[in-house]
Amino acid sequence: METIDDTRKTTAGPKPKRYVIDLTVNGDPRTVVVKGNALLVNVLRDELDLTGTKKGCELGDCGSCTVLLDGTPVDACLVLALEADGSEIVTIEGVAAHGELDRLQAAFVDKAAVQCGYCTPGMILSAKALLAGNPHPTEPEIRAAIAGNLCRCTGYVNIVRAIAAAAEVEAVVEQGGEAR
Amino acid sequence: MFLPDFDYHAPETLAEACDLLRDLGPSAKILAGGTDLLIKMKHGLVTPRAVISLKALDELKTITHVPGRGVVIGARATHNDLVNSPVLHEHFLSVSEAAHKMANNQIRNRGTVGGNLVNAIPSADLPPILIALDAWITLVGSNTSRTVPLHTFFTGPSCCVIDPVDEILTEIVLPDQPTTGSTYLKFGLRRSGALSVTGVAAAVTMDGDTIVDSRICLGAVFPVPVRAHDAEDVLRGKTWSDELLAEAGEAASCCALPITDIRGTAEYRLDLVRVLTKRALKRAITEGHV
Repeated sequence: METIDDTRKTTAGPKPKRYVIDLTVNGDPRTVVVKGNALLVNVLRDELDLTGTKKGCELGDCGSCTVLLDGTPVDACLVLALEADGSEIVTIEGVAAHGELDRLQAAFVDKAAVQCGYCTPGMILSAKALLAGNPHPTEPEIRAAIAGNLCRCTGYVNIVRAIAAAAEVEAVVEQGGEAR
Repeated sequence: MFLPDFDYHAPETLAEACDLLRDLGPSAKILAGGTDLLIKMKHGLVTPRAVISLKALDELKTITHVPGRGVVIGARATHNDLVNSPVLHEHFLSVSEAAHKMANNQIRNRGTVGGNLVNAIPSADLPPILIALDAWITLVGSNTSRTVPLHTFFTGPSCCVIDPVDEILTEIVLPDQPTTGSTYLKFGLRRSGALSVTGVAAAVTMDGDTIVDSRICLGAVFPVPVRAHDAEDVLRGKTWSDELLAEAGEAASCCALPITDIRGTAEYRLDLVRVLTKRALKRAITEGHV
C-alpha cells in the first residue's frame, strides 16, 4: 500500500499519514486517498458521493450503513476504509442494474415495505446477501438475516413480505415468525 | 462520530506484527474485526497512536481438525466463519450455534473469535462454551509463545492475561475429548443483537444414562466466565434424571455472583442460572453437541 508522508507540521504536531487505497465500488475501480482513521461509510458518502448508504447509530446496532464487502453484509460504520483496500463493495446505488429496479427493490415497492425509507438501503443489501446464498429462504431465515437492520417505523411485516415475494416463497407473517 | 488520528499498519507476517507491537509499545492496538475496538475508540475510551491490523494474516483465519490436537480455530476467524464451518458442524456444532447467538449478521461477519476473547467482557457468548469444551489458546509474542487454558485467561471485566504490548492471540484449540454432548443457552432481552443477560454452557460425558463427567460454565453472572464446580460435583457418577438436573441448577446458582444492571437484576440472573443450567444439561445429555 502506498503512503503519502506529509512533512509539514501543524500546530497540533506532525500531519497524519495519508494512504492510497483501491476499491471496486459497484463494479467501478476507485482510488481514494484516506487517513488511517477514515471509516468506509464516510469515504463512500463524502469522497465517492454515494449517499444512499445511511448513517444511523454509528455503533453497529442499527444496520442503516449496511454495504456488501466482498459479498457479505457489514456495517460500514465499523470498517476502516483501509481494511477494505482491495475489496469489492456494493452499495444501494449498485443494486439497480442499468436503471432498472432489482427484483428486491420492485418487491419493496410492490409490498409497500418502505415507510420513512431510512433503513431501506440496508434492508435491501442484507436481503440481497441472503438471497445470493439461499434463494428460497424460510421466513425465520429472512427474519434472522435482517435482524441487524432496525426499522423504527416498525414496518417489518411488509419488509418480510417483500423479501419473501422476491424469493418467491410464501410468507406466513400473520402467525409471527421466530428469528433464531 | 469520528475516530481520532492514528497510523495504520498491516503487517504481512505474524513475526512482523509482533515486532511492530513491541516497537510501538502501549500506544499501539491490535485490530482484528474492529467491532469492539472502533466503538471504544469512537467513545474515546482508547486512543491508540497506531493501529496494527491483522488483515493480511490469512493463516489466522482457518478452522481445521488436526488429529491428535483437536479443532484448531484461527483467532481471526469471524463469528460467521464459525457458524458456517463444516469442521465445527462435524465436531462441535454447539460452538457454531453459540457464535450465531452473538449480535447480528453484519457484526458476525466482522467480529472475530480472538477479538471476542481478548475484549473479555463478562457477557461474551463464546467463552462459556469454549471453556465448557476445555479450550486452550496460544499467545505469541516477539520472542515467546505460550499456551493458556481458556478458563485461566480472564482476570476481570475487560481484563485478561495477554501482554498488551507484546502478545497476539493466534489460535483457539478445542482438544479431542470424550465429551458426548454440549450446548450453550443464552437469555438476552431480544433474540438478536442483544448482550447476554445470562448464558450457560454445559458439556457432558455420558456412559449410557450415567454422567461420567461434566463441565458447566456461566456467563454474565460473575466478573469473568466461571465454572460451576458445585453443580458438576452434584452430577458426577450419577444416573441423570430431571430431579438431578434441577439439583445441579440450584447448585450452579450458588456459584454465581451477579450484579444488577440495565439488563436485569441480580436475583433475576440467579434464577436464570438455575433454569438455564437445568435446560442446558438436558439438551447436552439428550441431543449431543448442539
